[in-house]
Amino acid sequence: MDQVAGWLMMGGYGGFVWPAYGLAAAVLGGLAFQSWRRHRRSGAALARLQTPADMPRQ
Amino acid sequence: MAGWLGLFRRDIRLSLRQGGEVGLVVGFFVLVVLLFPFGVGPEPELLGRIGAGIVWVAALLAAVLSLDRLFASDHADGGLDLIALSAMPLELAVFAKVAAHWVTTGLPVTLISPLLAAFVGLDPAAIPVLMLGLLLGTPALSLLGAIAAALTLGARRPGVLVSLLALPLYLPPLIFGAGAVEAMLAAEGARAHLMLLGAVTLAALPLAPLATAAALRQALD
Amino acid sequence: MRQSTVEKGAAMLTRFANPARFMRLSGATLPWLGGAAAGVLALGLVWSLAIAPPDYQQGETVRIMFIHVPAAWMALSVYLFVAVASAVALVSRHPLAEIAAQAAAPVGAAFTLVCLATGSLWGRPMWGAWWVWDARLTSVLVLLFLYVGYIALVNAFDDRSRGARAGSLLALVGIVNLPIIKFSVDWWNTLHQPASVVRLSGPSIALSLLMPLLVMAVGFGLLFGWLLLLRMRTLLNERKAEALRLHGQPAPPRHRPTGERGDAAMPAARPVLR
Repeated sequence: MDQVAGWLMMGGYGGFVWPAYGLAAAVLGGLAFQSWRRHRRSGAALARLQTPADMPRQ
Repeated sequence: MAGWLGLFRRDIRLSLRQGGEVGLVVGFFVLVVLLFPFGVGPEPELLGRIGAGIVWVAALLAAVLSLDRLFASDHADGGLDLIALSAMPLELAVFAKVAAHWVTTGLPVTLISPLLAAFVGLDPAAIPVLMLGLLLGTPALSLLGAIAAALTLGARRPGVLVSLLALPLYLPPLIFGAGAVEAMLAAEGARAHLMLLGAVTLAALPLAPLATAAALRQALD
Repeated sequence: MRQSTVEKGAAMLTRFANPARFMRLSGATLPWLGGAAAGVLALGLVWSLAIAPPDYQQGETVRIMFIHVPAAWMALSVYLFVAVASAVALVSRHPLAEIAAQAAAPVGAAFTLVCLATGSLWGRPMWGAWWVWDARLTSVLVLLFLYVGYIALVNAFDDRSRGARAGSLLALVGIVNLPIIKFSVDWWNTLHQPASVVRLSGPSIALSLLMPLLVMAVGFGLLFGWLLLLRMRTLLNERKAEALRLHGQPAPPRHRPTGERGDAAMPAARPVLR
């Protein structure tokens, strides 16, 4: 338990190390999520457009 | 050559006539410089130390402010199409317009700078270096700014965009220009700074009209 | 008029013949690339946060370097990628080059942002200030402005091809100017050298610190590859959907996807008239 607490403290610099990793994760993770969602939506929109008009849609 | 001079003269005439645009640019320049003492306080030592930087930043802003009229009005009334269709290479025409822009912005700003140097308490001995720097550097502002003006032709909100594109390109002239005065005041000699400033302008002289003409071609396409 | 519209539509659709192959290949690579990126990044995170020893000088703050430095590398190399892709787009007019540049730019801007934010968080304990006008950090800040300018310019036109070409030119202007800006910032920095500045990464770096750094760099590179393919596919999908809507068989209005991007609902008149 103490070991974990010591690790989280980062020798007193935990207030800088963890926000740095958190910020990087938020920016890059946010971009990844946004890119993935837009990719999925664009694919779905294209699939709808490519379905011939006389075919039944779900 | 006659066509080049004609275009050059026409642009100067237009900006002198259109509601005194030269006066507006110079007025803006003066106003920006005079705002600084209100922001940082009137202490002569502080103002004297940052004076050259203030004048240079104000010159940058004045140049950016006047960029929108470089091509936009000609683009709106179709004059730019005629220029592009004429026998003169577009690069040369761009050069004529940029030269006219410098004569109506960079040159007046340079000429009035001694007055402002007095306002910000710059050491009078540094005024020749400041003016020489502005003389060498402001052509680069017009040349590099022309690229940004051409790229944003027909864009939504071109004014904001032009500043966003042009100001990062203005960093080297700003650094060398303001640095020249600072080096001179520190008794280190302004020669190296001024030569670098001249080098920036010399490099921009052929390259910027090339890029600007390319940007105009795709804007008119 | 009607005829030319149809022809133009057909021409536009055949232009995607080659991109169709890209879609197939990228679709097959995407999961592998994403998995590899996730795996390497997980390894890199464990290594940088738990395994790597604290630096004898910088203590635990050295762990910030494991994301800061690779982010700086990515910021610069992605800008280089955008410029090269833009050059190819201008010379060969290959549709994929233009799309690659546009897809990469926001990713590069994100890496630049990460570099600046982590640099600031690293600078507070090391320099005692959230921001120090260090030459390298300042250059990265200028790089962020170049990215923002590119992205803003590409999206500033109603006619998208105009934005794409203007953006390509700007990327080239930027890459020519970048060394000049870098040189002038270095020059400026030596003129205004602060009293004692700890340099972020010295020339000699212990192997125990270099390894997690390199693993994170590879992870960032893989992440960029995954994001690039994903975003390129998105742009291709959106363009193809738009081409279908304008020139192909229009789907019933209720099936048009709404929201997300403004240009999805772009009026048909302007591109058709051009």
